[in-house]
Amino acid sequence: MTETLIDFDEVLEKFDPAMGLEVHVELNTNTKMFCGCPAVFGGAPNTNVCPTCLGLPGAMPAVNAKAVESAIRIGLALNCEIAEWCRFARKNYFYPDMPKNFQTSQYDEPIAFEGYLDVEVEGETFRIEIERAHMEEDTGKATHVGGSTGRIQGADYSLIDYNRAGIPLIEIVTKPILNTGAKAPLVAKAYVSALRDLVKALGVSDVRMDQGSMRCDVNLSLAPKGSDKLGTRSETKNVNSLRSVERAVRYEMSRHAGILLSGGSVLQETRHFHESDGTTSSGREKSDAEDYRYFPEPDLVPVAPSREWVEELRATLPEPPAERRVRLQADWGFTDLEMRDAINADAIDLIEETVAAGAAPQAARKWWLSEISRRANEAGVDLVDAGVSPAQVAEVQKLIDAGTLNDKLARQVFDGLFAGEGTPAEIIEKRGLALVSDDGPLLAAIEDALAAQPDIAEKIRGGNVKAAGAIVGAVMKATRGQADAARVQQLIVERLS
Amino acid sequence: MSWIHRTAAEQAAALASGEVTSVELTQAHLDQIAATDGELHAFLHVDAEGALAQARASDERRKAGNPLHELDGVPIAIKDVLTTEGLPTTAGSRILEGWIPPYDGTVTAKIKAAGLPILGKTNMDEFAMGSSTENSAYGPTRNPWDHDRIPGGSGGGSAAAVGAFQAPLAIGSDTGGSIRQPGAMTGTVGVKPTYGSVSRYGVIALANSLDQLGPCTRTVLDSALLHELIGGHDPRDSTSVPNAVTGLADAARAGAARDLNGLRVGIVKELQGDAWNADVVERFDESVALLKEMGADVVEVSLPSFVHAMAAYYLILPAECSSNLAKFDAMRYGRRVTPEGSPSAEEVMKVSRDAGFGDEVKRRIIIGTYALSSGYYDAFYGQAQKIRTLIIEDFKKAFEQVDVLVSPTAPSTAWPIGEKADDPLAMYLQDLATIPANLAGVPGISIPSGLSSADGLPTGIQFLAPVLEDARLYRVGAALESALFEQWGGQITPAAYAPKGAN
Repeated sequence: MTETLIDFDEVLEKFDPAMGLEVHVELNTNTKMFCGCPAVFGGAPNTNVCPTCLGLPGAMPAVNAKAVESAIRIGLALNCEIAEWCRFARKNYFYPDMPKNFQTSQYDEPIAFEGYLDVEVEGETFRIEIERAHMEEDTGKATHVGGSTGRIQGADYSLIDYNRAGIPLIEIVTKPILNTGAKAPLVAKAYVSALRDLVKALGVSDVRMDQGSMRCDVNLSLAPKGSDKLGTRSETKNVNSLRSVERAVRYEMSRHAGILLSGGSVLQETRHFHESDGTTSSGREKSDAEDYRYFPEPDLVPVAPSREWVEELRATLPEPPAERRVRLQADWGFTDLEMRDAINADAIDLIEETVAAGAAPQAARKWWLSEISRRANEAGVDLVDAGVSPAQVAEVQKLIDAGTLNDKLARQVFDGLFAGEGTPAEIIEKRGLALVSDDGPLLAAIEDALAAQPDIAEKIRGGNVKAAGAIVGAVMKATRGQADAARVQQLIVERLS
Repeated sequence: MSWIHRTAAEQAAALASGEVTSVELTQAHLDQIAATDGELHAFLHVDAEGALAQARASDERRKAGNPLHELDGVPIAIKDVLTTEGLPTTAGSRILEGWIPPYDGTVTAKIKAAGLPILGKTNMDEFAMGSSTENSAYGPTRNPWDHDRIPGGSGGGSAAAVGAFQAPLAIGSDTGGSIRQPGAMTGTVGVKPTYGSVSRYGVIALANSLDQLGPCTRTVLDSALLHELIGGHDPRDSTSVPNAVTGLADAARAGAARDLNGLRVGIVKELQGDAWNADVVERFDESVALLKEMGADVVEVSLPSFVHAMAAYYLILPAECSSNLAKFDAMRYGRRVTPEGSPSAEEVMKVSRDAGFGDEVKRRIIIGTYALSSGYYDAFYGQAQKIRTLIIEDFKKAFEQVDVLVSPTAPSTAWPIGEKADDPLAMYLQDLATIPANLAGVPGISIPSGLSSADGLPTGIQFLAPVLEDARLYRVGAALESALFEQWGGQITPAAYAPKGAN
């Protein structure tokens, strides 16, 4: 179905966007939420399973204390209240990837509630209010084989891997995010990015969006400009990169506006995001959605974290991201503009790790924000997934500092890194990229160049040092860029003086 | 007297003294099963080979002087609601036909670790829904006292097996009376322990907040011995209490001295009246008189919320079971029915559930689904939980006045098979006296109070105690049992199964 999409600027002239973001974070506990099975990514299908996470008759759940601890720490880091007493509930619905045909989750008694997270977009701070953070278990992973949609309808058969069933999840739900206007897509992205940094700093999850250990659902609605009523929302599921979060918001704004301006009404429904073209398509209609018949899970006792424990956990919280940024900017000596660019490019962690690996802050910034950013954009991936690690960037910079590489050669090393050709050292070796450090071949090339251009040689001898540029160029050409230009210049002057 | 007619305690003593071997005991019970179960149908699955292998291992331990437990070598039957690794477990349902669990429930594991040979799995109402065992998908169990009558339910299989000397010990599960009521119907002893004192891990849940495993035996002491064996904290069951309930066998032995001086007994006002058959009340009154004779101080107490217990129970139970039974979708295990053509997963689920569940199961799934539905939750499930709180409060107040409560276990004796099969409400009313204990989590015991003057069938008396005070039940139960046995000249046993020369 072709959607009528309205130009973004026109959307903003007529509508105010409201967003709600639901982020699922998979915890990195050793074991699953309600049983002792390893909670690990990968593994042969259906090997990390037991009667409990397979939902076999008679099996019972027991709460993973470490997961509760992680949930509380996330809640505290999001400035939330921590429940003194809360329960798990059963969310009842039939689906083959759900071993029990109910998901054990929290419903009206979340472990953490009423918090906020401040995010910065282009110098402006937005306070994102957190409604709740609650604990739940992941479902199994279904792969639908055959059929055109990759969904269960129309599939020839489905394969289910229950290794993922029961892995602890924390779902973090915002209150409606209002008054962001043209910055809505960037605010959404900045929030998910800040949340990811926060959870990563807590050390409770890998927060790898590409691997599904952090997943985002984007709720979006439009209201006529100036109206204080919220419009009908769509819920775009599994938006799995920072870039996609921004794109999904932008696309849904344009799509909703198209419907509303043509006099239609937006369907309250679930939508699927398509990474390939940044569009969304209709999933099952929410208005049709089942009644989940929530009720308290009778096999579990309430979770009642003592205030002492909560305070102990509060003491383990890492430096808040905003304070950390102030500190890093001072340490690195970045200008406000440099810092903001680095934040917008989601490069702070990468620069920090590169600096930790030995590179100067400005050098680290330069590589991540220019060369690597450009390539990430070309590939349509987040910077962190561009294919280069901070350690590799630091290694390349070290080689530049040592005179083994110049910037031009370094870019070729990056080519090799992106192509997966190995470590920087291996790429230099394979591609023969190192600067010619032996004067012998350089002197020979200088002789050849001088012989070919006798008039230039005369000029240099006559004191016109600038004329040496032509000879340097010829030498660089002859060595295919692998000469150190400064050294060549020096050798020419020595040769002719 | 043959070995099967001895109590479990006597069998254990004979094993300890070397008078008998576990193989002999086990074989004797297997022989009794072979001789009687074609008619009785107490068992859904008999594991003769496995039981004898366990018996041989037990005898070797005895010979080496290393028995695992006092009951090591005494055979036992397990209600088909509890998982047993390698042995079929169906919960009396077609939908689990052929399912062999890959794991032992905690109580199964405790039984194995104590060395009791497992004779097999006993019949039950499908998913423990029923009071007659007629709802078993595999056909009803018959009452050893009268083969045309029901043995009670849902654990009619365990009660009949014990009553017919097929097993000295059996495991039952009690959600609203499923251990105690069959005990009353078959003239045997049944105990529902304090909620959380026996692990539910491995119990195919009916209603998680009500279910509790417990012993089915012929004497109070045997129940105490088995209760101590299966009880205790289990980290796999989050609802299990931190410390084991102890002193049960000691309480039973002390009770047999028949000294109830200082014991305050409360007759429940709300569990009397027209709903209770005169013949049942007659035996009940006689038992109460015996309690007084032994020194008990008997008063009447009122627990006013009991009148709402049935209504609350039939909302909470269906709500929980409608969710519990969702897992039976034929996707991962159990019986799958595949419709013609190329059906979707959802269609296979629908058809399999339709074919696999019986009417009573469907009825409760529908009630529970409705009770939990958005817009109805507060009016049904929410209200039922409030009643539950009131009942807990009633028990608390009552136990400030008395040490134990007493009532008839069931309003009538065993009825003819088929009589109430089409009248679910009449069936539900059988559990009037037993349900409040499950709603409040308190322990209860049913022991035989005699034979009806109207039909000659057993009647039962029930005692209830505060949470974790299970020992009180064994004390008072053993005292009354001792006094009654003296009157009767021993246990009351159905004529067809009595030891030759007895009764």
